[in-house]
Amino acid sequence: MSQSQSDTYIIRDLYAKPDKIYPRQVNGIFAKLRIFSVLFLLGFYYLAPWVTWDSRQAILLDLPARQFHLFGITFWPQDFVYLTLLLVICAVGLFLFTAIAGRVWCGYACPQTVWTETFIWIEELVEGNRNKRMKLDKKPWGPEKIFKKTTKHTLWIVFALFTGYTFVGYFSPIRELWDGIVSLSLGPWEWFWIGLYSLATYGNAGRLREQVCLHMCPYARFQSAMFDKDTLIISYDKKRGENRGKRKKNSDYQSKGLGDCIDCHQCVHVCPTGIDIRDGLQYECIACAACIDVCDNVMEQMDYPKGLIQYTTEHAEKGKETKLFRPRTLLYISLFLGLIFTFIYLIASRTPLDVNVIRDRNNLYTEAFDGSIENTYQLKILNMSQVSQHYMLSVEGISDTQVQGEKEFSIEAGKVLTLPLRVSAPQEALSQRSNDIFFKITTTTKDGSNDIHVAKAKFLGPKKR
Amino acid sequence: MTEFWNWWVIIIVAINILGCWGLLYWTRRIKESEEGETTGHVYDGIEEYNNPLPRWWLNMFYITLVFSIGYLVLYPGLGNFKGTLEWSMEGQHNNEVESAKRLYQPLFDKYADVPIAELAKIKQATEMGKRIFVNTCFGCHGSDARGNPGYPNLTDKDWLWGGSPEQLKHSIVNGRIGAMPPFGANLTASQVDELVNYVGQLSGNKVDEAKAAAGKATFDVQCFVCHGTDGKGNTSVGAPNLTDNIWLHGASKTAIADTIRNGRTGEMPPHKDILGDAKSHLVAAYVYSLSNQ
Repeated sequence: MSQSQSDTYIIRDLYAKPDKIYPRQVNGIFAKLRIFSVLFLLGFYYLAPWVTWDSRQAILLDLPARQFHLFGITFWPQDFVYLTLLLVICAVGLFLFTAIAGRVWCGYACPQTVWTETFIWIEELVEGNRNKRMKLDKKPWGPEKIFKKTTKHTLWIVFALFTGYTFVGYFSPIRELWDGIVSLSLGPWEWFWIGLYSLATYGNAGRLREQVCLHMCPYARFQSAMFDKDTLIISYDKKRGENRGKRKKNSDYQSKGLGDCIDCHQCVHVCPTGIDIRDGLQYECIACAACIDVCDNVMEQMDYPKGLIQYTTEHAEKGKETKLFRPRTLLYISLFLGLIFTFIYLIASRTPLDVNVIRDRNNLYTEAFDGSIENTYQLKILNMSQVSQHYMLSVEGISDTQVQGEKEFSIEAGKVLTLPLRVSAPQEALSQRSNDIFFKITTTTKDGSNDIHVAKAKFLGPKKR
Repeated sequence: MTEFWNWWVIIIVAINILGCWGLLYWTRRIKESEEGETTGHVYDGIEEYNNPLPRWWLNMFYITLVFSIGYLVLYPGLGNFKGTLEWSMEGQHNNEVESAKRLYQPLFDKYADVPIAELAKIKQATEMGKRIFVNTCFGCHGSDARGNPGYPNLTDKDWLWGGSPEQLKHSIVNGRIGAMPPFGANLTASQVDELVNYVGQLSGNKVDEAKAAAGKATFDVQCFVCHGTDGKGNTSVGAPNLTDNIWLHGASKTAIADTIRNGRTGEMPPHKDILGDAKSHLVAAYVYSLSNQ
């Protein structure tokens, strides 16, 4: 290797501190839409735990008791399938919205966006607009900077703590939680989770911001799998914009070979992930449409038509027709609707009762003195509803069975009854050694209809000769 | 662990931590022939920018190293070193057992001094007794306590060792061994047959009157000591009442003849070490409640 070649080697850092991004505040239709979305979602988040239902917190995910209370329904670990289904619905919904409208989730509804917006709003309130914030950061430390930074971080921390408190309030009754905080009498886990979620809010929305979208978010990485040429994207109209360049208002720029882009860099200044949309579609783009709003404002001032940066699709850009209904979206829509109807059907037909039948294991069966065959069972019956219920039991599947034990009983809300039962059947009624037996439990609901739950078990007898 | 394996583990762990740190440190800068805009990688027309990775990634790697050192100080991980917290699986298990005891023992102790006859009327207590019963006693007596051949039914009023609260608890805590000795060697076949007819008659069954009368003579010599002259049994030795038509080991004539000839042994194991006093008390109350509602 000659000397001249080795001179061209460059040693550089594999890691670098990312440049801080100072997004400029925008006015416009999409900014309004996002503010509305932020207020709605945060409003729901902060207020929902305070709603009560039947003298209990309406939404309470009681982990120690393993009960999720959602208004009039209580979900138990046995109901896990509903949660699974709900999450599948959410995932398919995300696929559907992504295929049709691109990253609307990222731009308007993602908690990362929602809380970051709020934190930037607080930042702007204390430190001023983009230019003032940049200037402040460059300034050496002095009383003004210390005051502003302290104020900002204090506000952030208070907001983050309230967020952490609210989060834990979904799992531990929020009113008692407040009393516990005021009297400093919470358990260690409550402190831990409040602390962790406050720290996560402060860290993600205050410090990491776009780093979460760029380097942590899995959705940002796989969303492109749902994209096609009919998906809504935010795009800069290169044909119309180029060549970009500065000009005076009302000057004949076209004769100078310039396009509509005045190269004001506003679209870069407002971008929360710090990209230049004019470079084309990039995975960093969270489709917040801030660049559309700001560019439209500029276009208006220049008396140019709006839409140099706009929501469009790849097909629309090429002058082709954008198809809303295409195999991909039809598949997502049918899956989405099918799953939603399945979910509604399952919830509506759910009986708030769980029965576990445990056959006595020590002896396969007992031959009674009169020759009949006896099997003994323990029924564990869980009343999953929110009220005390009266139940009736019957045994089916084998003819002429006799049941020794309680056949009518009441169970309080959320309680388990252990019901030992002895079932005897004449030998002639048993067609084989192992027979199916069904314990049918009936309860009359408030509206007068019968809820029936059937639990299957085995009834064992002697080998047939 | 021997001294050799002790140091083996310590050295490997130390080399691993130092090695990770070294790897991070030495690769934090890269040497390139020139500083290009892109890495030159192109996939489907998409080019990869040659941007540096965020510094906080590197710091997170360092944090994991610091964490691992902290972990190794607190927990066992370095050979024979037990860690400053002295944590062990066995210790954690014992702690959990202790805290469960602290949580549940008061619930049992609350009822330890309540007399069994009163306790049988407290629903919470009998529910607790029932849960213990279906866990511990179901194997012989059945979950429903109605017994199995050879294992007594606990829901009727027929008690081998007495049905008073004290006798019940004694049976549970200390267990019982009941033995009917074999009489096959002492009695002729016809004597056994006569006895079967006699005890059948005692329980009100239709039998051969003449044989029963002959059986009574044998009974008054051989059996009355335990079962009593009236055949009503004796709870102090666990001799069953023969007049109530309840037959623990079978009601057929063959089964009864078999009992007389070969004897029977029944054992209720003691539960003082399995359940302890407070839980036995609750089980006794539950069993008492079954036949005294």
